[in-house]
Amino acid sequence: MEKEKANIDYNKTVISIRGLEKAFEDFAVLRGIDLDLHQGENLVVLGRSGSGKSVLIKLISGLLKPDKGTIEVLGNDVCCLTEKQLRELRIKMGFSFQSSALYDSMTVRKNLEFPLVRNRTNISRKEIDIAVETVLDAVGLSQTINQMPAELSGGQRKRIGIARTLILNPEIMLYDEPTAGLDPITCTEINDLINEVQQRYHTSSIIITHDLTCAKTTGDRIAMLIEGKFQRVGTFEEVFDTNDKRIKPFFDYNFTQ
Amino acid sequence: MDTVSNNAQPPAQKKGPTFWQRLAGFFTDIYKIHLFIIRFFKEAFLPPYEFKEIVRQCYEVGVRSFTLISVTGFIVGFIFTKQSRPSLASFGANSWLPSLVSIAIMRALAPLVTALIASGKVGSSIGAELGSMRVTEQIDAMEVSGTNPFKFLVCTRVLATTLTIPILATYTAFIGLLGGYLNVATNEGISYTAFVQQFFQPLMFLDFTASLIKSVVFGFTIGIVGCYQGYYSSEGTEGVGKAANGAVVTAMFLVFIEEIIIVQITSNFR
Repeated sequence: MEKEKANIDYNKTVISIRGLEKAFEDFAVLRGIDLDLHQGENLVVLGRSGSGKSVLIKLISGLLKPDKGTIEVLGNDVCCLTEKQLRELRIKMGFSFQSSALYDSMTVRKNLEFPLVRNRTNISRKEIDIAVETVLDAVGLSQTINQMPAELSGGQRKRIGIARTLILNPEIMLYDEPTAGLDPITCTEINDLINEVQQRYHTSSIIITHDLTCAKTTGDRIAMLIEGKFQRVGTFEEVFDTNDKRIKPFFDYNFTQ
Repeated sequence: MDTVSNNAQPPAQKKGPTFWQRLAGFFTDIYKIHLFIIRFFKEAFLPPYEFKEIVRQCYEVGVRSFTLISVTGFIVGFIFTKQSRPSLASFGANSWLPSLVSIAIMRALAPLVTALIASGKVGSSIGAELGSMRVTEQIDAMEVSGTNPFKFLVCTRVLATTLTIPILATYTAFIGLLGGYLNVATNEGISYTAFVQQFFQPLMFLDFTASLIKSVVFGFTIGIVGCYQGYYSSEGTEGVGKAANGAVVTAMFLVFIEEIIIVQITSNFR
């Protein structure tokens, strides 16, 4: 899908990470991460399971606290914000969870309404309905509006999860393993949706994955996370044009098997 | 033929935590619970208020326990009266039965039975619900969507149990009274009016107040323990089970401890 140029300053940095370190007990997961995410860009973070990819976006969204380093999101240092300031910043960030994390006691409609109702105090019923219908239409699941999450397939749940984040019109999207556990066709649909979201909502995104097809389809830039550091950052071709024994097998396994 | 090597060693068993580690863990838990309670008081009474969710939770707590409390309350009143009769009869004091039942039900049985039933039914349900939400990242999802999950999930549930358990305890007392009356009426043939008169005669204002305070404390305990166990449950389905189980066991234990303390305090005012 060709990405259409919107009114975006591609040189503007929306997320800036410097010297980020995080350890769990004695195990150092991230060992000095430096990263810039530019406006309108899709940055894919690739790495093996347990390499700290999900930890990275949880640190960006303030769900975890770093041991060292700084994370600036839209000019705010995430580590220095109060709870209230962090909440306000999070409204500008959409987080799509690996497990979709839909509220299983609520219908799809209630799931989508929830962030809106809680963050926009003076919103009318009509405006809520329009917003819900718009995001459901964007992910192509208008017919599921009254269903419970348990009645949806894995791919549908992922889409509704993305729709729930879009309802607040975020500037940044964080995708945690968007294609994990899905069949190849649904993976392609989700990859297309990620690109569509970028075009339609002009978001800047970080996509965490170990799926190279997802990385190739959605990523403007790829960052390869190995041993707690970004070993290579660049376009897909640049990253995999190497004989590095830690990176080459990753590519070979995905595309030759 | 395969032979078992004499050098074969049993697999090394993973060592459990030492006594000191357990002790440290216990005090860490106490510290964390205190922080949890302080956070509740900080957030529950500051705007924005979650009135709609509190009402929904009150309804949930009430409905979840209503049938069980009705049956248990009736049986407790009935059986207590039946079991007390022979002792009083040996002194020829059958007429004191309604007074005895009233004191037992109002002072101890109604709040205690309600709290124990609610610990099992409501406490476990809160623990499992929040535990499951934690495991499936629903609490994180709330947090990243700009909602304060502590206020929405914890404060509402704790306030709901604190408000609803006293109402349920009053209802249990009423149902227990009916159970007691049914037993007395069938054996002694006393009228309902006379029974109610004798039931309330020995009761003082302090009995009602103490019972109410006790129920409020029990309700708060059940809510806070259930929420704490669920909110900080560990990853995985095992964590959900542990949260539900921990909520029941801890709440029941604390309810008994609080019962002793409150009885000791109120007895000073008699």
